[in-house]
Amino acid sequence: MNGAHRKQDIPEAVVIPETENAAKAETSAEEKPYVSDKLETAPDGEMVPAGKTEAKDEEETLTPDEVLTKKDLKREKAEKAKRVNGVITGINGPVVTGTGMANFKMREMVMVGDKKLIGEVIILDGDIGTIQVYEETEGLRTGEPILSTGNPLSVKLGPGMLKNMFDGIQRPLAKIKEKSPIFIPEGIGLMSLDEETEWETHIKVKVGDKLTPGQIYATVPETLMVEHKLMVPPDVSGEVIEAEADGKYNIEHTVVKIKDQDGNIKELKLYQEWPIRTPRPSAMRLEPTKPLITGQRIIDTFFPIAKGGTAAIPGGFGTGKTMTQHQLAKWSDADIIIYIGCGERGNEMTEVIEDFPKLIDPRSGKSIMERTVMIANTSNMPVAAREASIYTGITMAEYFRDMGYDVAIMADSTSRWAEALREISGRLEEMPAEEGYPAYLSSRIAEFYERGGAVKSLSGEDGSISIIGAVSPAGGDFSEPVTENTKRFVNTFLGLDKNLAYARHYPAINWLSSYSGYMKTLGEWYEDNVAEDAVDLRNKMLDLLFQESKLQEMVMLIGEEALPDDQRWVIDISKLLRVGFLQQNAFDKEDTYVPMEKQYKMLKLIDHLYEKGLEGLKKGIPTSVMKNPEIENDIIKMKYTIPNKDLSGIDKIQDRIDRFFDDLNRKYSS
Amino acid sequence: MKKEYLKIDDINGPLIQIDGVDDVFYGEVVDIKEKASGQMRKGKVIKIDGETVTIQVFQSTSGLSSNNAKTTFTGEAMEIPVSEEMLGRVFNGIGEPIDNGGEIYSEDTRNINGMPINPMSRQYPRNFIQTGISSIDVLTTLIRGQKLPIFSGNGLSHNELAAQIVRQAKITGEGEDFAIVFCAIGVKHDDEKFFRKTFEDAGVMDHVVMYVNYADDPVAERTTAPRAALTTAEYLAFDKGMNVLVVMSDITAYAEALREISSAREEVPSRKGYPGYMYSDLASLYERAGMLKDKKGSITFLPILTMPNDDITHPIPDLTGFITEGQVVLGRDLEQRSIYPPIDILPSLSRLMKDGIGEGYTREDHQDLANQLFAAYSRVQEVRDLSQIMGEDDLSETDKSYMKFGREFEKRFLNQEFDENRTIEESLDLGWELLSILPVTELDRLSPKLIDKYLPKTVYGTGDLRADLKKAQETMDEEVKDVKKGDKKLEKAEKDAPNIEYEVS
Ligand SMILES: Nc1ncnc2c1ncn2[C@@H]1O[C@H](COP(=O)(O)OP(=O)(O)OP(=O)(O)O)[C@@H](O)[C@H]1O
Ligand SMILES: [Mg+2]
Repeated sequence: MNGAHRKQDIPEAVVIPETENAAKAETSAEEKPYVSDKLETAPDGEMVPAGKTEAKDEEETLTPDEVLTKKDLKREKAEKAKRVNGVITGINGPVVTGTGMANFKMREMVMVGDKKLIGEVIILDGDIGTIQVYEETEGLRTGEPILSTGNPLSVKLGPGMLKNMFDGIQRPLAKIKEKSPIFIPEGIGLMSLDEETEWETHIKVKVGDKLTPGQIYATVPETLMVEHKLMVPPDVSGEVIEAEADGKYNIEHTVVKIKDQDGNIKELKLYQEWPIRTPRPSAMRLEPTKPLITGQRIIDTFFPIAKGGTAAIPGGFGTGKTMTQHQLAKWSDADIIIYIGCGERGNEMTEVIEDFPKLIDPRSGKSIMERTVMIANTSNMPVAAREASIYTGITMAEYFRDMGYDVAIMADSTSRWAEALREISGRLEEMPAEEGYPAYLSSRIAEFYERGGAVKSLSGEDGSISIIGAVSPAGGDFSEPVTENTKRFVNTFLGLDKNLAYARHYPAINWLSSYSGYMKTLGEWYEDNVAEDAVDLRNKMLDLLFQESKLQEMVMLIGEEALPDDQRWVIDISKLLRVGFLQQNAFDKEDTYVPMEKQYKMLKLIDHLYEKGLEGLKKGIPTSVMKNPEIENDIIKMKYTIPNKDLSGIDKIQDRIDRFFDDLNRKYSS
Repeated sequence: MKKEYLKIDDINGPLIQIDGVDDVFYGEVVDIKEKASGQMRKGKVIKIDGETVTIQVFQSTSGLSSNNAKTTFTGEAMEIPVSEEMLGRVFNGIGEPIDNGGEIYSEDTRNINGMPINPMSRQYPRNFIQTGISSIDVLTTLIRGQKLPIFSGNGLSHNELAAQIVRQAKITGEGEDFAIVFCAIGVKHDDEKFFRKTFEDAGVMDHVVMYVNYADDPVAERTTAPRAALTTAEYLAFDKGMNVLVVMSDITAYAEALREISSAREEVPSRKGYPGYMYSDLASLYERAGMLKDKKGSITFLPILTMPNDDITHPIPDLTGFITEGQVVLGRDLEQRSIYPPIDILPSLSRLMKDGIGEGYTREDHQDLANQLFAAYSRVQEVRDLSQIMGEDDLSETDKSYMKFGREFEKRFLNQEFDENRTIEESLDLGWELLSILPVTELDRLSPKLIDKYLPKTVYGTGDLRADLKKAQETMDEEVKDVKKGDKKLEKAEKDAPNIEYEVS
């Protein structure tokens, strides 16, 4: 179950973000009853048919303890009904209004109606509250109750996230499937990380140790690839007074108890909770200095994304946003991948579930699923949960970052998230800014991308979050508000081009309009790790491509034949660059992921041919003679014919080029 | 107890508002009975604000006044009964039979809004459906369980194309049952007749469920018709294990109805006046297609829409394209040149084809061949632009071959008869044959291996099939003494250039 509504199970250590913190401490005592109430009404997130709750509970056999609490609850329930339950007064799609909500808190999670739909308070105005509901609202009536949980919408962070797929509010889709085999009904209640699984846990602290925020107190080998590190929550510290031995525990088990300065005891379990709308703190920000290696040539070589960087992939429908995101999720050298399907197709998430387990990570040799967390809120799922899914994802990313991992998060598509904002804003009858989007669109986008970055974590580990957001501009027009605002806050811009996609030039990333602001800071890395001239070579080739695009305009007027020879050579080489280097076939075994070394050598080879040609031109050899179809064919096909593991074939092509030009030179000098 | 209200406080287009209402639920269906005439209308609660309830009326509101009707809240959601009896029947936009066949009796009723399919329950669609249409089968392959819209324009032959697909598509495997759900939204009577005749001619009428909302039928019913149709499709597919093909026309009329209702609600409009939630709304239709892991049936969804002004960036095609798994785009230019079906292949796309073609599905060369045809045809467009300026005679030899390829490709590959049903092998071979018009060095999407195996010219390397054949004959004549050897050559020639009809001159 997802945190808040099970107050008594929540470790004291759970941190409430700064702002809500003070208020929380004061009210927590009086909140307990209603919070406990949720336990009674929706035990373990089990689906309780509306209206049958009471009856069902009576039938259950209860332990004496539970009976006691139940009695207490009954009594308090009656009181509470007057005190804190709100009452629904209006319903408009996912937006519900209620009265009697004076004691509710802003951004608090609530249960709406008899079906106990999950919602979040988004406006409070005296007694009147407005709630966005994360489930289908059809069937709700005015007069039905709104239950407070006292806590903000949070996620549980602990073992069990990897290899799993969640909806926008961290409910595992596999568990939902157990309750409802095909469709996702409303009112299934809250649930999150599995509470049954016993995790092999290694305790890293002993009695007497002084723990500071972020310190690792235990580790769990969660998957074959990832060691899950359990960290002291950000505002908790103290001395260990009890520590379990290594062993197998479920996430609810308290493995360490600490006593803080004021003598309060805090229990540390295998998870902590965190409100999704509050960034997790870190010690300091670092400048990104390493690229996220993706194995995609146009990205790694021309427009790199830094580890801890931000990137946007805008493009009209069918231009390749999802394919690119999937490629990055599959092949990036990140430790953890968080993939958010935000308002996109159900089948695309199914594809991830079916394909990822079969793909092997080139570095670890393990299935890439072992490091992947999926969040799916498809286009037909409730729109408010789509809005939340982005925050659920980034909060998980921050948690893994704090362990010292390099996390890459893909959000496909951030436009659907922005549209969810717009839809809710519209229902609230807020004053729209551009194209109906709310005025706060820009600040929300900024806040999201700002949660990326490279940091030193509280425990002193270096970790990073790279954010790669797909953007789906209406009509493929990049001047619309979401693209425009995203552009302001990201450093790598991978613009997809409809015409390239039509010509099946994939990835359809336009090399003229794309850019990477990381080229400067990463330059050193490339020079140290790829080749001394890696950056120069890249700049030179990019420049060629720019020249070509100008020349192509000329060609359209006068035909290629009319151009002088040196310009035709630029066009010839650029074609090799486009077809042989920039085009990359995601469906080909060899070409789908290309290591940096091969990328460099491929580019260098094309440059070699270019240089040979320039020499030839000086000697008066015409371009038409230097154009050798066999060599061109070798270059274009080298992505397929030369295996990533054995690059000697590239040298052979180079020899062939040399021999060909030696011949030519002999002919033309005699 | 059902509550009745005798007063309507506000009437605005398809919406009415009633004050002083309590205890109704969001989405509740209401009956509105005109007192004098007894005429019944249906509606649905779409907003509750305190005691004020906004109702969307599915029939026309003209004739209603503030006190000439009685509104009853039925206590029910918008549901239809479902059963196999629906096969062969015709319904209106809110699921009432209109064919004099009597009511559908069934205990089993379904909310027409459906529910989102859990992505964990889906099965990724991978089964190729042969439609017998080269441009679809080779270049925008239809996959069972796919949602693949036809983006058309006014007056283009989308109906013919859809009908041909309905007739020729092999949507079932061995021994499986199929059904067609046809949903007409705001269409002309002619169009509906055309489809009905198609189904009759194909002898499948008793497998068809029709939902019909004519152009002169109430606008608000346009928002329920597709939902009722898809609810039926879901029932037939996932309860009854059938492979269901849903054909829906015209989504544009649906979206316009949405806009009309939204503007009556005075909602903040997004692009071109369409509501900001149109993406989610369309998704709630399109996403109902698919296949499930633990169930037999499938829903393959072919929505048809007409692009206003042939503009693919218009919100209706645009938002559709963002949701569906590709699109088949029709081009006016092709239609005007009498090419049928006028499929403009470059903006067309099938996203699911990558997993449903190739070895074991269609043929090993399919993907690469398709890529090459796309790349070549896209080059044709550039060369055509160039030839506009320079004249075809001044083009380079290579560019001339592109001009020729373009013409032949349109005439022989895209163009086919309304009742011509080509096998996938025939279509693929035809693609190769056309590529042999181009210099082999232009075929940069194809591996040498595939070129060797499939490109007709590799037999004798003349680049032209007829010449190839002639050369084969000559070679054989030379070797005529050794009859056996000659036979072998001939055999080889035939094997390497299969399934193409040619005459040797
Ligand atoms: N790198 C690639 N390699 C091969 N094919 C590609 C590549 N990128 C895109 N494609 C092709 O383009 C199709 C559409 O790509 P994709 O689904 O990623 O588009 P999209 O931009 O996400 O569209 P939408 O906005 O509608 O979701 C794919 O199904 C695939 O056929
Ligand atoms: Mg996509």
